[in-house]
Amino acid sequence: MENPRYWRLKKQRYSLLGEVCPHCDSKIFPPRDICPECGGEAKTDFAFSGKGKVYSYTVMRDAPAGYEQNAPYTVAIVALDEGPMVTAQLTDLGEEPVRIGMPVEMVTRKLREDGEKKGILVYGYKFRPICFHENSQPASQGQAG
Amino acid sequence: MTEVVIAGIGQIPVGEHYTLSLRSMGVQALTRALKDSGGLKPDALYIGNLLSSMISHQSNLGALFTDYGRLDSIEAFTTEAAGASGAAALRLGVLAILSGQADTVAVLGVEKWSDLVRADAEAMITQELDYDYESIPGLTSTSQAALIQQRYLHEHDLEQNALSGFALLAHANAVHNPFAFYRNPLTEEGYARAGMLSDPITIFDGATYADGAAALVLTRRELLPRGYAHPVISVMGSGASSDALSWHDRTEPMSFTAAVRAIDQAVQQAGLSKEQIDLFELDDAFSIYAALTLEGVGLADKGAAWKMARDGEYNIGGRLPILTMGGCLARGNPIGAKGVYQVVEAVTQLRGAAGANQVKGARAALSLALGGPASTAIAHVLKRESE
Repeated sequence: MENPRYWRLKKQRYSLLGEVCPHCDSKIFPPRDICPECGGEAKTDFAFSGKGKVYSYTVMRDAPAGYEQNAPYTVAIVALDEGPMVTAQLTDLGEEPVRIGMPVEMVTRKLREDGEKKGILVYGYKFRPICFHENSQPASQGQAG
Repeated sequence: MTEVVIAGIGQIPVGEHYTLSLRSMGVQALTRALKDSGGLKPDALYIGNLLSSMISHQSNLGALFTDYGRLDSIEAFTTEAAGASGAAALRLGVLAILSGQADTVAVLGVEKWSDLVRADAEAMITQELDYDYESIPGLTSTSQAALIQQRYLHEHDLEQNALSGFALLAHANAVHNPFAFYRNPLTEEGYARAGMLSDPITIFDGATYADGAAALVLTRRELLPRGYAHPVISVMGSGASSDALSWHDRTEPMSFTAAVRAIDQAVQQAGLSKEQIDLFELDDAFSIYAALTLEGVGLADKGAAWKMARDGEYNIGGRLPILTMGGCLARGNPIGAKGVYQVVEAVTQLRGAAGANQVKGARAALSLALGGPASTAIAHVLKRESE
């Protein structure tokens, strides 16, 4: 289903590729070719670091169709270090309670599936807490979803 | 200058109408409004609807409702503005009469929700968000409202149940509204026991989506039928505005700026000040929408609307009554029909026909319908003609 649509967005979904405005240096995600700050044309690619902080979050108990297998799951607004905010699920949370201001980083995970229908699995960005202990691996790195 | 009056109103109860189809609901509301108008014949029909193409697999509602409503060959089509679709249809009707293109316009808000199981229907209403960048990551309208409410509670250092006042007043008002989905009073204890939908939103902070149909008949003041049976209610102002589709793209995420602009436009057009408004049918699809709207337009200080709701300032008999017939939180949220229900209710108040819920001496009413979290906002000011 809708294969071209997902294919078109793969640079955004897999690697947070946005734009930088050549006129005012605003960082733009998702790409929109017109700078929301100054209105100038902005078509220069910019790869975001994937680092940011939680601006708000919620735990969803009722998932819409296609997302039931993940429920309950946590969705957050992440303020990226470069400026823009994105809506994304949080993952690999372990026992750590989510809080506003929590530092997070982007990872790629499965977002949705079509259940019994023939179709593609949609992968894309989620965010996980940044691990401050350099020697320890994030606990659930291999876990999908 | 042309004066647009609301000559007729009609509605069916909001609820789960398993025995009624999209078309039969719409025709019932239309028929009631046309009868209430004293038999006016519309020369255009504008329909507010969001989901019929997805849930009922039915587009082209203009042809459907002129056919089944026996409105012959008149101009008819749908306006879509998510939860503000019905208000958009009303605005279009007002503009059509003001422009001279139409004399009498029927406005129908209609939504069929209950044909699908909840998870499937939720996935469809989520299309009012930014599909690529909000819906695909797994967000729904409810969880988006939860994100907004969570941030509100954080910024103002409030408890999870701070917004309870809105659900309590809505349920208190719906008790006396025969068209409301929930007619049971709600207590603070009942509110506290509610199940969580999406933290911090419980089932009482998010309105139940439901089936509904409501209709209006607009005409020029001078075309009212001889012996017209009701007090004359005019549309004095109409305003509309928009904001970033994605909530995360707002420069001021906690300000419903589109709502503020639409209201300012409508109130100024009416030549009124906000203090002259006697009741406000605002958009309470979620309690947080109500709080941010009231704070945005200056009807409460920032971070204070929840307290004013708790203190009874917005009750009938309070400083500014809101949601006088139960709002979405208790009447139910008929989505694309919501904006028309709000105006049917406001007209009922201004006619002095609101029974136990009557706002005494109501002369001017404000209505506001939102598409998404004030991504789209459409406001109207109605006024009762002085005798």
